[in-house]
Amino acid sequence: MRRWVGTAAALVLLAGLSGCGGDDSSSGDGGGDTTLAVYAAASLTSTFEEMGKEFEKSHDGVRVEFSFAGSSDLVAQIQQGAPADVFASADTANMEKLTADDLIGSGPENFASNTLEIAVPPDNPADIASLQDLTRPGVNLVICAPEVPCGAATQKVADAAGLTFEPVSEEQSVTDVLNKVVTGEADAGLVYVTDVKAATDTVKGITFPESEDAVNIYPIGTTADRKNTDLAQEFMDLVLGDTGQSILEDAGFAKP
Amino acid sequence: MASSSRPVDLPGWVYVPAAAGALFVLLPLAAMVSRVNWGDFYGLVTSESSMAALRLSLRTSAASTLICVLVGVPMAMVLARTAFRGQDLLRSLVLLPLVLPPVVGGIALLYTFGRRGLLGESLEVLGIQIAFSTTAVVMAQTFVALPFLVVSLEGALRTAGQQYEVVAASLGASPTTVLRRVTIPLVLPGLTSGAVLSFARALGEFGATITFAGSLQGVTRTLPLEIYLQRETDADAAVALSLVLVVVAVLVIGFARRGRGSL
Repeated sequence: MRRWVGTAAALVLLAGLSGCGGDDSSSGDGGGDTTLAVYAAASLTSTFEEMGKEFEKSHDGVRVEFSFAGSSDLVAQIQQGAPADVFASADTANMEKLTADDLIGSGPENFASNTLEIAVPPDNPADIASLQDLTRPGVNLVICAPEVPCGAATQKVADAAGLTFEPVSEEQSVTDVLNKVVTGEADAGLVYVTDVKAATDTVKGITFPESEDAVNIYPIGTTADRKNTDLAQEFMDLVLGDTGQSILEDAGFAKP
Repeated sequence: MASSSRPVDLPGWVYVPAAAGALFVLLPLAAMVSRVNWGDFYGLVTSESSMAALRLSLRTSAASTLICVLVGVPMAMVLARTAFRGQDLLRSLVLLPLVLPPVVGGIALLYTFGRRGLLGESLEVLGIQIAFSTTAVVMAQTFVALPFLVVSLEGALRTAGQQYEVVAASLGASPTTVLRRVTIPLVLPGLTSGAVLSFARALGEFGATITFAGSLQGVTRTLPLEIYLQRETDADAAVALSLVLVVVAVLVIGFARRGRGSL
């Protein structure tokens, strides 16, 4: 008897283990609930969530499920077979990785652009007024590492202005940079215009003319070989259409 | 404890979930090793940024292990050998970093030692800036690693019991002599494995470091941070460095096993 209980427990456990891998979240075509999986760069979080609501309103029985992360994270996940229907990247380089692997169905099409801005704590303790000020000794400058898109843009801006930054930290993402400024750890950071806008009164933004030298383009595309191709195309149309564009504009994004 | 008698056989079914568990741990490691680009391995691992990260990791982990021993041993002794009101609560709080997501630890450290933190402003007045320095890395690592030392040493102290200490004291040894000549030698295996565990935990520290210390080559970018960053552009480098970290961790565990004790 004891033995039976044990064996049964082992079987239940194994069944549970195999069950873990088996379910596909975006199942069901037509009729019941359909899930559209949208993978988007972290900087698109608030705008895309708003568009998702609009999309659900006009599509009965459709649920838009978002996965927000760094573009390169998302690319790696899609390359490893993650069930994405739509992918929106924060830069063209990451989108190109997917087009090179033939993983993009329709698109990519550019739908927005973003430029850098200096973010400082509201009281601006280091008296920053221009890009040159960031190179002053004693200024705790935090930027993105050159390996990530915002860092590549920072590098471009510095090169164009003929400046060499000596940051106290090179962060992994633009949100990490912003956080260091919000907490007052850093005297200044280079982030996107949209980040400053979203952070409202926790940081102050300082624009600089050299930002024109590093315009970040956001492309979007549907992924290849998925069941929800039509729905994915409709979502992409929403992003590229008037509704999507006005939401993006409100958040501070510029036209591509 | 004498185990000369015939051991009792395990029921056969135990091996099934045990094997599944072992496979669950080993398979991902094997998968990672299979992805290593051996042709470029040496170049990737010995690049300037990789070497800087490895050196920084070993240096900071050693420093934080030392601090863990210096403050963790007395903490474990107080917890194991004394009784006072609120001791259980204190123990739970001290062990909190064990269950806390490291990023939460990083935020807590930031609001304590950051430039605008609880103590940060006074430190700033004294001309000390912890943020973005190697000191911040050591502090983050110590914060997450300390409970490992305290837990294993407290366990060892309780298992060892007090009878030898009582005898030594009755023979006229002072409390410090008892501690030095009896207690510490008795729990040395537990202390060693605790220290090794702390070192391993410090070596793998990521969340608290990136939140509190930042990331700059040679100053605050430890090996886990370097791996996370390399993954953005160069998957081969990230895998190669991951393997280095695994090898170091295996060496550390091997060392701990040789030291035995209460792992």
